[in-house]
Amino acid sequence: MKHFFKLMLRNPGGLIGLVILTIAILVALFGPLVFPTSPWRMVQRPFLPPFTLSTVPLGTDALGRDVFAGIIYGARVSLLVGLVSTLVALAVGVPLGAIAGYFGGRIDDALMRFTEFFQTIPSFALAIVLVAILQPSIYSIVGSIAIVSWPPVARLVRGEVLSLRTREYVQAAIVTGQTHRWIIWREILPNALSPVIVLASLMVATAILLESSLSFLGLGDPNLISWGYMVGAGRTVVRQAWWITVFPGFAILLSVLGLNLVGEGLNDALNPRLAGNGR
Amino acid sequence: MLSFIAQRVAKGVVVLLAIIVLNFFLIRLAPGDPAIVMAGEAGASDQVFVNQLREKFGLDKPLPEQLFRYVRGIASFDLGFSFRQQMPVSKLILERLPATLLLTLTAFAISLSFGILFGVFAARFAGTWGDTAITALALVFYATPLFWIALMAILLFSVTLDWLPSFGYETVGANYTGIAHVLDVGAHLVMPAATIGLFFMATYTRMTRASMLEVNRLDFVKTARAKGLRNNLIQRRHVLRNALLPVVTLAGVHSGTLIGGAVLTETVFAWPGIGRLMYEALLQRDYNLLLGVFVVCSAMVLIFNLATDLVYRLVDPRIEFST
Repeated sequence: MKHFFKLMLRNPGGLIGLVILTIAILVALFGPLVFPTSPWRMVQRPFLPPFTLSTVPLGTDALGRDVFAGIIYGARVSLLVGLVSTLVALAVGVPLGAIAGYFGGRIDDALMRFTEFFQTIPSFALAIVLVAILQPSIYSIVGSIAIVSWPPVARLVRGEVLSLRTREYVQAAIVTGQTHRWIIWREILPNALSPVIVLASLMVATAILLESSLSFLGLGDPNLISWGYMVGAGRTVVRQAWWITVFPGFAILLSVLGLNLVGEGLNDALNPRLAGNGR
Repeated sequence: MLSFIAQRVAKGVVVLLAIIVLNFFLIRLAPGDPAIVMAGEAGASDQVFVNQLREKFGLDKPLPEQLFRYVRGIASFDLGFSFRQQMPVSKLILERLPATLLLTLTAFAISLSFGILFGVFAARFAGTWGDTAITALALVFYATPLFWIALMAILLFSVTLDWLPSFGYETVGANYTGIAHVLDVGAHLVMPAATIGLFFMATYTRMTRASMLEVNRLDFVKTARAKGLRNNLIQRRHVLRNALLPVVTLAGVHSGTLIGGAVLTETVFAWPGIGRLMYEALLQRDYNLLLGVFVVCSAMVLIFNLATDLVYRLVDPRIEFST
């Protein structure tokens, strides 16, 4: 573990990413406690430019709501949606990939065709259709993001399991009469974990981008403020009030960048064979 | 070669059929009676109209028959009727399709050519400040939401510098013809295409760079070097050709994302394509239109995938056509 952190910290990008991510998580966890003004409340006159009043540092939007408060509360929604939808996608993709890779043959064929089918459908369009039909809510958003993002997990896990299945220790487990479930869960999957972790960190980033794009189009949960919603709401007045769109968009950019950097750092640390690749 | 294409087309048709079936069930996921969903949101939900709709779309028939009717309808390019726009969905989509094709194909061409160019440059000068700058920029653009880049581009190039028009396909009322018309559309195209292009350029840059560096370590490159070939020649003829393979694969995988990008950019720039149409359908909760656009997008992705598959086989002669 110590070795792992050392490797991770040796990568300057990973270190920067870790710092950004930690700040984002801290803001999401404690921001609303430190900063209790509701982001929906009107606090000042509309279109107050940023840096004019210290109480509303980033200005107000078209309805006089605090942009800074929106960014603080939006962090919760973005990170939560990113994390939960990735977990759901893992819960679908890992078992499917493991079963396909472990049993092979017809089962593998059928599951992989199924996965390919979902990979062919334009993901963002499908997410839009799903959320629109199921009505926008945090559940439909998380669900749709998970539905469009599990296929790469299944394919990755299948590939890993396929190569691990032939290893001697797995063969030994089969010979000693262990159940398939035990072999998959206890022998194979733990060894396939590191690429899955790397992929998952990148998936959280993609999920945050997807969520913000959906909210931007007006498909966000109407009860929760999110960064994408703020950019979407400020879109029509971007000529008069740049700050309403600039700051939330920057927040999305930073957190996604942070996650991508962490993902690359993890990749270098967890796959030492590849470390130094492309650097 | 021909049997390969036939096989691929057949596979594509099967996938398309599956998407159509999925579509059929999607509309039934919507809360409530589909007839009421169709009519109610169209702003005409009296009982007579709803009954008419139910009959017209066979919603009073058993489910398998409904499905059959639906698939048959789509096979003859009947995607239903948009009550909001008072027009057949297929007509609406056909009207908007050329604009989207122009936008996405331009964006694709820009991103692929510049992405490969920057990737090759970064790999060639790996470790220098030029490489660092390109890699860092690619990372940032890879993480930036498309719709935000679009808005920032408007702020910079339309509002502040006043160089480019910020919305639409052509200058309304100008009625340019000939070269002037092409230039006018071109000026409107620059920002939307560059917006979509930037994200994909970032991906292709990263991919090309990593791939070039990987191929550079292989034995046949060493052999070429040992033969005394000039480095430029090695890079161009030996390394780049092999390094492009994963980039082509990636380009194929990305076609779906390209469509998603079109939805966002067309929305911001009021570009009159099917992405914008999807947004309008969304605003008006016009489910017929929404699902129609979805089917057409999926079909476009399938065609694009087929094309990249073919290109892939042309670039890599090692792969046999029989598979």
